[in-house]
Amino acid sequence: MTIIETKRLSYTYPGASKPSISDVSIRVEKGEFVLITGPSGCGKTTLCRCFNGLIPHFYQGELKGEITVANMDVTTHQTYEMAKHVGLVFQNPENQLFALSIEKDVAFGLENLGIDREEMRRRVNWALELTDIFSLRERSPHEVSGGQQQRVAIASVLAMQPEIIVLDEPTSFLDPLSAAKIFDVIYDLKKKLGVTVVLVEHRLDLTAKYADHIVIMDEGKVCFDGDTRTVLSTEETRLLGVGIPKATLLFQLLKKEGVNLSNVTPLSSEELVTLLQGVLKSA
Amino acid sequence: MIEVEDAHFSYSNRVEALKGVSLTIKDGEFVSIMGQNGAGKTTLIKHFNGLLKPSQGIVRIDGVDTRKTSIATLARNIGFVFQNPDHQLFSETVEEEIAFALKNFGFETEVIEKRIDWALNLLGLTQYRKTSPFLLSGGERKRVALASVLAWDPKALILDEPTIGQDYQQKEKLRQFIVQMQTQGKTIVIVTHDVEFVAECNSRVLLMKEGIIIADGESREILTDPEVLAQSSIVLPQIAQIFARLSSLGLPKDVIDVYEAKKIILEALEKRRE
Repeated sequence: MTIIETKRLSYTYPGASKPSISDVSIRVEKGEFVLITGPSGCGKTTLCRCFNGLIPHFYQGELKGEITVANMDVTTHQTYEMAKHVGLVFQNPENQLFALSIEKDVAFGLENLGIDREEMRRRVNWALELTDIFSLRERSPHEVSGGQQQRVAIASVLAMQPEIIVLDEPTSFLDPLSAAKIFDVIYDLKKKLGVTVVLVEHRLDLTAKYADHIVIMDEGKVCFDGDTRTVLSTEETRLLGVGIPKATLLFQLLKKEGVNLSNVTPLSSEELVTLLQGVLKSA
Repeated sequence: MIEVEDAHFSYSNRVEALKGVSLTIKDGEFVSIMGQNGAGKTTLIKHFNGLLKPSQGIVRIDGVDTRKTSIATLARNIGFVFQNPDHQLFSETVEEEIAFALKNFGFETEVIEKRIDWALNLLGLTQYRKTSPFLLSGGERKRVALASVLAWDPKALILDEPTIGQDYQQKEKLRQFIVQMQTQGKTIVIVTHDVEFVAECNSRVLLMKEGIIIADGESREILTDPEVLAQSSIVLPQIAQIFARLSSLGLPKDVIDVYEAKKIILEALEKRRE
């Protein structure tokens, strides 16, 4: 079932001379893990803002084309309606946090949904524990580190248990091991609860292995869209500018030298190691 | 250039962020400081431009004790680019942002114009000259912050997490840019989590954990040592991960470069065929 669909979607910020996204047509199936990547300024963040209606309801400007998210036309449904279905984690957590304590920040969205106290407490604790910030719950979100603020922003969205989670470079301030743990948590929600995940990331080394589907954007347009392995196995040099995982790159370099390890392109070092062990042992 | 002797520092009475750090960074060196969140990396580099002064121990920049000079004097030689560009940017246009410090340092108007052109061009920001920094993307704002520091041509550059929000091509540009700065004799210190970036950079690596330095060496040596990296919660770069697991088949462990990796695997396959 399709849960997000855009048809020739274009958007121009007020006062901007050219559109930030143009003619974007993509489809995301329910339960998919989608990775959106591309050079900075390519329109990834703008596209994410469309998914929960921040565009066009908060940011004015000109939106053309069609966008349907969770069976709702985004242009006619307000952000508060969209918010029940789509949770958005921003790039900069400071833009998102405002309460006096981390716990209150995480509870805020639930209070607005009118959820009963017991259920609210249960969900808040669950989200705080998943993101490993339970012990910080009484601190102010503004006195913890950038990485911890990102955990708070993620917890706030998880607590809402939306069907779709959109994360815009959600772990940029975290060290890679902590980032990997957060991605594991999100991947787990996708697998166990069938949550649809849209992740914006530059670091494919860390994230390609989770993604069923990848969308690569450049200058506001979609230039690759499809199954992650298929897209990352194309030998287009443009892909190099995206920074494909080093394991995938090494696989391709060896293939060019006539060493074809497999017909399935590896996306992680584990996958490549298995292939290499095979040829090195048998040879 | 930068000397730190047994530096201790605490933000309040609670925890010590630095628990006795000693290090020397020579003129023209390129150093990457790595470690998990809260290891004291940012606290340490804030001592390099006098933003913080050690509560115990000494920090000397060009032989001068940072407690005996002003931040303004230090800033002329040490350019500092923050982790979050929004903590640094405030002007209405990119051009004014870059001009600000130059004016404060008393450069002539003509020189200021030239320096602005040079910095904008170097960082690919010329088209945004008259744009508000706040209309730019996160990655672009980071480059504006870097341009505004570069413009006054400090002897050393301290960059806190310069690769955050940067795409691969910009990281590659940043790497080339660092190499270029090095050839001009500049000292470069970066704080980063980006292990793949450091693997491509060939820098000296300092690993921090809980306020002390736990390892100091070349990137090839440190980034291929799983035990020491695990202590700092750092994951090996992908190529090093692959070679760590292939070492039982007689391949070397200390490989971090993808092209070197290709060569070694091709040679190993060749040998097995013979």
